[in-house]
Amino acid sequence: MKNFLKYRETWLLAGIAVLIGLISTRFPGFADPANLRQVFNDTSILMILALGQMVVILTRSIDLSMASNLCFTGMVVAMLNAAHPAIPIPLLIVIALLVGLVLGAINGFLVWRLNIPSIVVTLGTLTIYRGATFVVSGGAWVNADQMSPDFINFQRAAFLGLPVLSWIALLVIALFFLAMTRTQIGRSIHAIGVNPTASVYAGIDVGRTKFIVFCISGMIGGLAGYLWISRYVIASVEVANGYELNIIAACVIGGISIAGGIGSVGGAVLGALFLGIISNALPVINISPFWQMAISGSAIILAVVLNARGERRQGRIILRKAEAA
Amino acid sequence: MTDAPHPRHIPDRLDKPLSSAVFSWEALLVIIAVLIFAVNSFASPYFLDPWSLSDLTFNFTEKGLIALAMALLIISGEIDLSVAAIVALASTMMGMAVQVGAGTPVLVAIGIVVGLACGAFNGLLVTRLGLPSIVVTIGTMSLFRGIAFIILGDQAYKGYPESFAFFGQGYVWWVFSFELALFLVAALIYWFVLHGTSFGRRVFAIGNNPVACQFSGVRVGRIKFILFCLTGLMSGIASVLITSRLGSTRPSIAQGYELEAITMVVLGGISILGGAGSILGVVLAAFIMGLVTFGLGLLNVPGIEMSIFIGLLLIIVIALPIVWRRLREGRFA
Repeated sequence: MKNFLKYRETWLLAGIAVLIGLISTRFPGFADPANLRQVFNDTSILMILALGQMVVILTRSIDLSMASNLCFTGMVVAMLNAAHPAIPIPLLIVIALLVGLVLGAINGFLVWRLNIPSIVVTLGTLTIYRGATFVVSGGAWVNADQMSPDFINFQRAAFLGLPVLSWIALLVIALFFLAMTRTQIGRSIHAIGVNPTASVYAGIDVGRTKFIVFCISGMIGGLAGYLWISRYVIASVEVANGYELNIIAACVIGGISIAGGIGSVGGAVLGALFLGIISNALPVINISPFWQMAISGSAIILAVVLNARGERRQGRIILRKAEAA
Repeated sequence: MTDAPHPRHIPDRLDKPLSSAVFSWEALLVIIAVLIFAVNSFASPYFLDPWSLSDLTFNFTEKGLIALAMALLIISGEIDLSVAAIVALASTMMGMAVQVGAGTPVLVAIGIVVGLACGAFNGLLVTRLGLPSIVVTIGTMSLFRGIAFIILGDQAYKGYPESFAFFGQGYVWWVFSFELALFLVAALIYWFVLHGTSFGRRVFAIGNNPVACQFSGVRVGRIKFILFCLTGLMSGIASVLITSRLGSTRPSIAQGYELEAITMVVLGGISILGGAGSILGVVLAAFIMGLVTFGLGLLNVPGIEMSIFIGLLLIIVIALPIVWRRLREGRFA
């Protein structure tokens, strides 16, 4: 039991339970399993994106271009669908993954081969990818009536009681969990964040691993692009504008340290769920949606303050100890 | 060690050969600026008109003011993503004051004080609680703009007094706007503070090695706190200018300015890892971004397509010296 309490995820889960409890006092139907399933489905895209961002942040990098990647890939897929409705949806998803992979690989290449800090690279590609969306679309929108019914309904189809979108999220979570805990690359990603120098001596190719995490976050961005467009059935240049910071916020609330090396799949998922619950709850308990931004901002600050207490490694600040002695 | 009868002479600054000035980052930026300027003048007959050039400066003065303070902050190894949200909150507060009949001096004071207070809040969280600034300011970014949204919702504040319009629309002399004058004066002040005072040296030192600074008796926390306050202050001033120029306040005002200000700083040759850079570079980068945006605007290139050029410019300018160095050393990829 004591060990159990040490995990940040336990506290986050408790926080979410308290949050749901509080909301239920104002709106009794909220904790209903059917409603919670709905909340999970609504948060699926954010959860997937947060996982992609997590692997990047773990290696002491950051990917600010995810939302722009989502926007670009979503537009490409939507235009493909509008022009060739016969392309089956699974193939479109593969195309989305590949387009996202290319965009992520560009980020990764610049970080790996040219050693440019990731925040600079992705700050640049953030504007480039969104601008490229405008170029490929000519500024036009792709509307619901231009998309094929399959394109829109694929993720809404119910399978064993859950929509396909939820299943995709569960599959991605399971894949990330296995990759992070059971594979060499997962260990390498953690190791690089904890101590890049020691990782080199341990035989890990730091640059190549960073390239791989950017490829992963790119593929995730591409996948989320299709899911986002088919969910909100509009593809435009404005899609997910500024969403990159929501993704990072979900990671931060989930206890992933921006300094790298600390974080888990469970944390990222719960962090995203936390934000998802807030955005779902505000309308039903009659709080103006304009409050959402300030509430998630406060949640981020609170989460950082709480996380920092657990993260403070011993022996780092020698001076303070000397003062105390 | 050999015994030295006299303490060794340590020069204030190292002698630099002329070649280092020619191949400096600033020289690269000047070349780029001249190129863009030349291309623009050929591409559009309207470009070289003094009033066009004057309009051009409005593209970067407000963000440039923020970028000056941001440069110092980034050199010290921190970052502030909440600057645009501070602009929005300060503007909202000024808008509220207008509704109760505040005059121009009061409005300016409110804008500046709100900016300063927001900066101090960031600074306290980062220095007192030892939190990473990138995360703190992502949080306060949502918080500050969120408060603006709570107050305003989908409404807008209007009815700013006529005398208030001077800051964003007035001209000091001929085509020189108040905004441009303020930007240049601020650039001079920041240049002096960073490159001419012991405070500036400490900022560089902190960026290079905060722990060593702490041991050397530099008050790292206090200096970082001051830098956050300065960034808030400049955001407050920028808020006064933008509000005055637009004559209205919406909660979405200045959306995305934080990334543009940071782009200016990085393009200006300030190391995002801290410890290196110059104010001259930032000023040049501000001009370059203004030139690109305005030149492409004259050619009817839509704003969103312009952002591709800004993004490419950022990556290419950063990558160019690295690729060049590797090519010379013959060990590329």
